[in-house]
Amino acid sequence: MKEHKKKLKLKVSAISEGTVIDHIPSESLFDVISILELDKTPNMITFGANLDSGKLVNKAIIKVSNQFFENDDINRIALIAPHAKLNIIRDYEVVEKKIVEVPDRVVGIVKCFNPKCITNAEPITTSFAVISKEPIALKCKYCEKITYEKQMVIK
Amino acid sequence: MNKKDLISIMDYSKEDYLRIMDMAADFEENPNQTLLEGKVVASLFFEPSTRTRLSFETAINRMGGRIVGFSDSGSSSVSKGETLHDTIRMVSQYADLIVMRHPLEGSARYAAEVSSVPVINAGDGANQHPTQTLLDMYSILKTQKTFDNLNIFMVGDLRYGRTVHSLLMAISQFENPIFNFIAPEELQMPEEYKIYLREKGIRFFEHREFTDIISEADIVYMTRVQKERFSDPMEYEKVKNVYILRNSMLKNTKPNMRILHPLPRVNEIATDVDKNEKAYYFQQARNGVFAREAIISHALNLK
Repeated sequence: MKEHKKKLKLKVSAISEGTVIDHIPSESLFDVISILELDKTPNMITFGANLDSGKLVNKAIIKVSNQFFENDDINRIALIAPHAKLNIIRDYEVVEKKIVEVPDRVVGIVKCFNPKCITNAEPITTSFAVISKEPIALKCKYCEKITYEKQMVIK
Repeated sequence: MNKKDLISIMDYSKEDYLRIMDMAADFEENPNQTLLEGKVVASLFFEPSTRTRLSFETAINRMGGRIVGFSDSGSSSVSKGETLHDTIRMVSQYADLIVMRHPLEGSARYAAEVSSVPVINAGDGANQHPTQTLLDMYSILKTQKTFDNLNIFMVGDLRYGRTVHSLLMAISQFENPIFNFIAPEELQMPEEYKIYLREKGIRFFEHREFTDIISEADIVYMTRVQKERFSDPMEYEKVKNVYILRNSMLKNTKPNMRILHPLPRVNEIATDVDKNEKAYYFQQARNGVFAREAIISHALNLK
């Protein structure tokens, strides 16, 4: 087991300064990258998917060099990676740990489930009140219909 | 919100409801009050509607206002592919107030965000139709003299009927209501409204038919059971005659009981009910003009 853990660590190399986002469900990896706009960052990123972890059978991890996130930004991934953990790295050491929290409002990110909602007909940024966090239920500010976790589609 | 938009029935407080009721009564006494003189109201009907549009336009005319607009999207720039955003942006620079009906849900809330002048929602798809609710409330107040301690029967399509949902939310702001929901299995009141009532500690009962219990009602609010709502046409055939109100059913009803219907009706109220003094749906439609005069006054701070 120890041997195995060592190998896992080597799969995604360590960073000297930056943020490690761990415990992402593998299937959400690319959505997390897109929500945090890591596909547009000039910073070095390494990521791995389908890694073993105690909590998640298939976890993914992202390491971003020289980049740190505000809580509001990081909470945007809570909808698809509710158990994600962040390690803030300075000089190869973890100096701070953060967990994500589902926010009270979700702006953008999610598509309204209602095909007859105006946000699905015109280029409008969606906006939802979070009426339940576990499981997630989002009430659309426009059509007032509820999008449940199992119906959630990332925009 | 600085602008006094009316998008959803819950945008108004209990005080707002009562203020609208007072003003509607005043307009009923004297419908021709030229408070809108010199003002232009845009009446934007992206889908056709007879009653709502005519009653709004009657209200505006009785108040001395001018109307610009269209009565279906075929005769507007929508048919050229203009977005709702651009239409509203443009019209809000022309008019002092926008009255809008649109087939998509949430369109009215979005229009209110884009518009620099107040927007009144005259129906956004299956979502909200708050002016209907206010005229229903005015009809209830006129016939019952109160909003408290009322036993309200809602009959027919309670699943998709936006008018019953909004009325339920509005009446729940008042003291001690009782609701009786009478609907076929497939068209029951959605769970979210029942949760809302339970949380507020409001009593409600569900039934499959209502012949035996109608004697308890103060208000019977009828709605249309539409064939296209049923996934199984056999189910529709089974229930289509259960939710029809007939004159013979009204024998033992309370003297103050009144029958409401948002109209248009098809066959859910037999025509022999029309001459019964408890049939109130045509007066209800008339009340729509006074309620809308009051809503316009409220939106533009005219009174």
